[in-house]
Amino acid sequence: MSAPTTDRPAATAPDEAAKPLAPISWKAPTGYGVFSVLSLVLFGLLPDSGRESTFTISTSKDFFQIDPITVPSKSTAILLSLIALGLAVFSYVETKNRRKVGVWLPAIFGVCVVMAFLVWADAGKDSPIPLTGLLQGSLFLAIPLVFGALSGLLCERSGIINVAIEGQLLAGAFLAAVVASITSSAYAGLIAAPIAGALVGALLVLFSIKYVVNQIIVGVVLNVLVIGVTSYLFSTVLKNDAARYNSPPKLPTIDIPVLSQIPVIGPVLFRQTVLVYVMYVVVALLQIFIFRSRWGLRLRAVGEHPKAADTVGIKVNRTRMRSTILGSAVAGLGGAFFTVAAGLAFGKEMTGGKGFIALAAMILGRWNPVGALAAALLFGFSDNLQVVLGIVGTPIPSQIMLMTPYVVTIFAVAGLVGRVRPPASEGIPYVK
Amino acid sequence: MSTPPLPDPEVPPPAATGTAAVTTTDEKPPPQGNTVMREILSSGWLVTVLAVVLALVLSGVLIAAADDDVQAALKYFFSQPMDTFAAAWSAVSSAYVALFQGAVFDTNAETFTAAIKPLTETMTVSIPLILAGLGLGIGFRAGLFNIGAQGQIILGAIFAGWVAFHLDLPAYLHLPLAMLAAIVGGGLWAGIAGFLKARTGAHEVIVTIMLNSIAVYLIAYLLTTPVLQNPGSTNPISPAVPKSAQYPLLLGDSFRLHAGFIVAIVAAIFVWWLMGRSTIGFKFRAVGANPHAARTAGISVNASYVWVMLVAGALAGLAGSAQVLGTDKVLTADVAASFGFDAITVALLGRSKPLGTFFAGLLFGALRAGGFAMQARTGTPIDVVLVMQSLVVLFIAAPPLVRAVFRLPAPGPRKARAARSTTKEVAA
Amino acid sequence: MKLELRGITKRFGALVANDHIDLVVQPGEIHALLGENGAGKSTLMNVLYGLYDPDEGEVLLDDEPRVFAGPGDAMAAGIGMVHQHFMLVPVFTVAENVALGHEPVKGGGLIDRAAARKLVKEISDRFGFDVDPDALIENLPVGAQQRVEIIKALSRKAEVLILDEPTAVLTPQETDELIGIMRQLKESGTSIVFITHKLREVRAIADRITVIRRGKVVGEASPTSTEQELASLMVGRSVSLGVDKGPAEPGEETVQVRGLTVIDPAGVRQVDDVSFGVRRGEILAIAGVQGNGQTELTEVMLGLTQPVAGSVQLDGDELVGRSVKEVLRAGVGFVPEDRTIDGLVSEFSVAENLVLDLHDVPPFARSVQMNLAKVRANAEQRTVEFDVRTPSVEAAAGTLSGGNQQKVVLAREMSRPLRLFIASQPTRGLDVGSIEFVHQRIVQERDHGTPVIIVSTELDEVLGLADRIVVMYRGRIVGEVPGGADRDVLGLMMAGVPLAEAQAQAAAHHTTLGGADLEAEHGTTTEEADR
Repeated sequence: MSAPTTDRPAATAPDEAAKPLAPISWKAPTGYGVFSVLSLVLFGLLPDSGRESTFTISTSKDFFQIDPITVPSKSTAILLSLIALGLAVFSYVETKNRRKVGVWLPAIFGVCVVMAFLVWADAGKDSPIPLTGLLQGSLFLAIPLVFGALSGLLCERSGIINVAIEGQLLAGAFLAAVVASITSSAYAGLIAAPIAGALVGALLVLFSIKYVVNQIIVGVVLNVLVIGVTSYLFSTVLKNDAARYNSPPKLPTIDIPVLSQIPVIGPVLFRQTVLVYVMYVVVALLQIFIFRSRWGLRLRAVGEHPKAADTVGIKVNRTRMRSTILGSAVAGLGGAFFTVAAGLAFGKEMTGGKGFIALAAMILGRWNPVGALAAALLFGFSDNLQVVLGIVGTPIPSQIMLMTPYVVTIFAVAGLVGRVRPPASEGIPYVK
Repeated sequence: MSTPPLPDPEVPPPAATGTAAVTTTDEKPPPQGNTVMREILSSGWLVTVLAVVLALVLSGVLIAAADDDVQAALKYFFSQPMDTFAAAWSAVSSAYVALFQGAVFDTNAETFTAAIKPLTETMTVSIPLILAGLGLGIGFRAGLFNIGAQGQIILGAIFAGWVAFHLDLPAYLHLPLAMLAAIVGGGLWAGIAGFLKARTGAHEVIVTIMLNSIAVYLIAYLLTTPVLQNPGSTNPISPAVPKSAQYPLLLGDSFRLHAGFIVAIVAAIFVWWLMGRSTIGFKFRAVGANPHAARTAGISVNASYVWVMLVAGALAGLAGSAQVLGTDKVLTADVAASFGFDAITVALLGRSKPLGTFFAGLLFGALRAGGFAMQARTGTPIDVVLVMQSLVVLFIAAPPLVRAVFRLPAPGPRKARAARSTTKEVAA
Repeated sequence: MKLELRGITKRFGALVANDHIDLVVQPGEIHALLGENGAGKSTLMNVLYGLYDPDEGEVLLDDEPRVFAGPGDAMAAGIGMVHQHFMLVPVFTVAENVALGHEPVKGGGLIDRAAARKLVKEISDRFGFDVDPDALIENLPVGAQQRVEIIKALSRKAEVLILDEPTAVLTPQETDELIGIMRQLKESGTSIVFITHKLREVRAIADRITVIRRGKVVGEASPTSTEQELASLMVGRSVSLGVDKGPAEPGEETVQVRGLTVIDPAGVRQVDDVSFGVRRGEILAIAGVQGNGQTELTEVMLGLTQPVAGSVQLDGDELVGRSVKEVLRAGVGFVPEDRTIDGLVSEFSVAENLVLDLHDVPPFARSVQMNLAKVRANAEQRTVEFDVRTPSVEAAAGTLSGGNQQKVVLAREMSRPLRLFIASQPTRGLDVGSIEFVHQRIVQERDHGTPVIIVSTELDEVLGLADRIVVMYRGRIVGEVPGGADRDVLGLMMAGVPLAEAQAQAAAHHTTLGGADLEAEHGTTTEEADR
């Protein structure tokens, strides 16, 4: 006798239509609707007509030049807002019909609203908005966020929550500055930075794995510890002989031949320091190796179901230890951005909360390297937008602009971007 | 009355969302007690004291390492090693003596008033630490990792400041109204995180961190607008707080110590009653220890999240009021200094209990007050205080490490219990 | 491969979980390890599998002493284990789970997915498993997950296979298939250690039986021993196998569930148009394999989740839409499925746990002020009444044994005047003494005239307790049978076969265990005859 099969039946039985259905979540279309209407009213309808906005695109080194684009502010903003509104309606229809839309919708929606905003911000201004420069700066400011987010996801994928990203960035920035100054080599600083991050990671491992202290507590406290140690050494050793200890050389910008001369893409992607090229490689490698390699499979197994991993002979705590230290080293490397890549001397608490934004980027990017990159770029963009608009002269106070990434993150974690699913065992110590 | 053993820093607070996974077996029984000696040696207070000692020693190493004389002596360490040690001793001891004199009792002072002033400074500085720490402690015991005291202090200060600057009232109304505003401001700011957690499951750690940053930019912005800016000033600074809205001074004009300290004591007693004697605290603790069981027993977990954050935020808001209405008497963007973050370590050190938090607040207040004196007298930067604080908390959270360093025997019941509860953690 | 354990001792603090245990498993033998919950069976197997280090004793394979530093060593030596709680990563595919730990790789450390798939396919074809290598574990039913676990062990060339309570999640028919697989494995020379507390199964399957009680081997038994003999060996005294209860005297139907439908956030229809009624003074059992919507059904009745449709009426009052607190105050007693998660706050004292639901009403509180003396007095009284063995009412509930924890939950939930009592898996993981106690209290509650709903995946419990049984399968009610129905019919219904068809199929073909059941019913033990 054969028992009936126990596979799940196909979801669509003939009488399905008559049955009560799950309630629909209207969060997404509502969000789109609100923002597109706001955009239409604030950027399109309310401002005076007859003004123009200008965008420059080319830089002088490009193969060919693209002339600055000048558009009538009001009608362009209205047009862009209407496209956004159309997308909101489309999203409403799809949600009503219980269909899912791809990531293209929020992407295009975001571009439309942001462009409408830029058109409005530049309306009637003499100075154009340098579009390429805006993107270039966004990538630049996203560097520590990308490294920080990658660090977070390496740790969390293995089950260790890393709230100490901030401290790791700061430690990396500090050691990079000191080593680069002493050796007069920016590259030596670049090598030292991950070591500093790894040291902080080693403490995180020691307390969270060996002594089973709550990982968030350790992270929070390690941040304070690193701030204390670096600020103390800054106020004593570094200040006493700044020329020797705290005048790091800047990493040179390396133009990739040919590629760097492509308009827009070239200057943004291929006229950068070696740190950025390392970043491309790290993102690509992690994206492949976390999901397709033996190392990645084991890493994720340990973060999802450590006991299952243990029963097939994977050393859970050793795996967690390694990935946490590796992740911390990645954050440390990102710390080099603040000193040797930016060409600045080390300053007290100079990371200014970037580690926390990196944490947010990791969550927005759903524990996925490419996602984290995208989220970090978004934050970098909003950061840089504030700088650019400051130059252009904008009607919005800079503090309000600076708040944006944080507000966006709150909306994001509150579920406007859909459900996120962290590794199942993150934050739970593995004790046999 | 039994106060449940909650939460030791080494026991992670349960995450409230997601599926639960329990890995303990029923086979392990409660561990048996051991000898009296072992009980004493492994007791909490001894570990606390030793953790502080260890933190002071390690910070001393940092002080010595950065000292010019020590560095000079190190250059000929192998010919005359004692010079290095002597220099190190002198650097560390003078720093710590200055720290003590600045924090408790100034033995060099000429008058008794001057000698006792450091202690009152310590008490003054500890006010925001105790108030915010009490709030965070409630959160920790209710399973909420509120990192947002910094933002809540700022919002409390903004609200209190607005009432102080814009209303013209007699003292018996002005101060209470300003305090109430601080409570509302801090409570609302924290309430956002509680509400989002309850409604959408948004993790409070992320939301409160974000709210901290938003608060920083918010106060910076408001200090450039008529809402808070001193009329006629171009600097981001508020007008002075009128006398009617100030916390009265407790010991006369020669000391800064103000009635905020009384507020802190009252708050500590209130929190003791709330968490140990009231049905509200019972709910908070039940939700913190096991949200699933609490829910099944008819306790509204979501309502608890919101209320916990409101109470925690209210206390942090009061901490903000103590700064703007008592200590600073003016509102600047730096009103919260790093009190919000220090309060986390205060609550952890105080094991989230009111009495513990009170003394932890005094200790860290002493470190901070003494730190300024140390910086002024011996040139040792106050940043070393941050190192001490973080080390104390790390060591307290890891008693086995402290015991290993001092070669104490491993405890019987305590450690085993911790290990049990950690394996029994509810998954995030 | 011959497996031998010599003098294995494992202590946790003061408790000796395994006390000088000796065990020999011959090659190609199905060796049952029989013992109550908490007797130390799983601990012993975890020692063997390298998860725990033994304090004393040694493990011998083919007469060679071996030391396993971890499960990796044990596996390399040819020992495979199927854990009671599956050791599968829910978000991984079948192939990934099978490959984990010994992944086939191409260059650069990348996994050779084709090879991983092929391995699953090969083994699954050899035993006729029908498992899709690319399916995600979280989308598979428990029976299929168990087969993945077996594939996992076999893919590592296990010569000794340990099965820890493998039938706990299966229908009798699935159990039958598992027995078939075990016999197939045995014929190919694999030794099997089969851990269970179910008497019926060991008699049907085992070649040899070793009985463990309180961490010690108390004897060997042959599969021809009667259930009564095995039971008294296992428990250490003579026990009644059935539930001691008189006939039900049902009154009017005061509980009516109509068209209840629950859809979870992932869109899965967990409870699908469920209707039933319960009368005063009867025990209605909801039977079914774990994960067929029973948990969700009880949760929605309590108000923990909201249904998308349907109603639950208690004495004519609608419960749907009310909060948990309101439902409890309406006179519903609820014993949750997992006491450590939903039943108790283990850090809280026994006294606090006993007022978890009533802490804010008189006499335990006046407005927001709690009366701790009353809380304590209540605890003193309840612990005596429900025979809770605790050093003090101030002891943390988490330090009590499973049986005593469950008694605390029962004491709390039965201390209010009840109009409906719902108990989910009321005896899961308990020792025989506690099981007897819990069953007795449930029957008492029924005899007071309370409508009682029992949710259980244990057929023995369902058959022993219920006056009426409804079977749930994939969120729907498959059918209803009277208490004491044929276990094969119930088993088929638990696999989704409608009542009439199930009866026909069961008559045509009895499963191994169902056959044993019939045999037992024709036997002479008085308890059996009582059913």
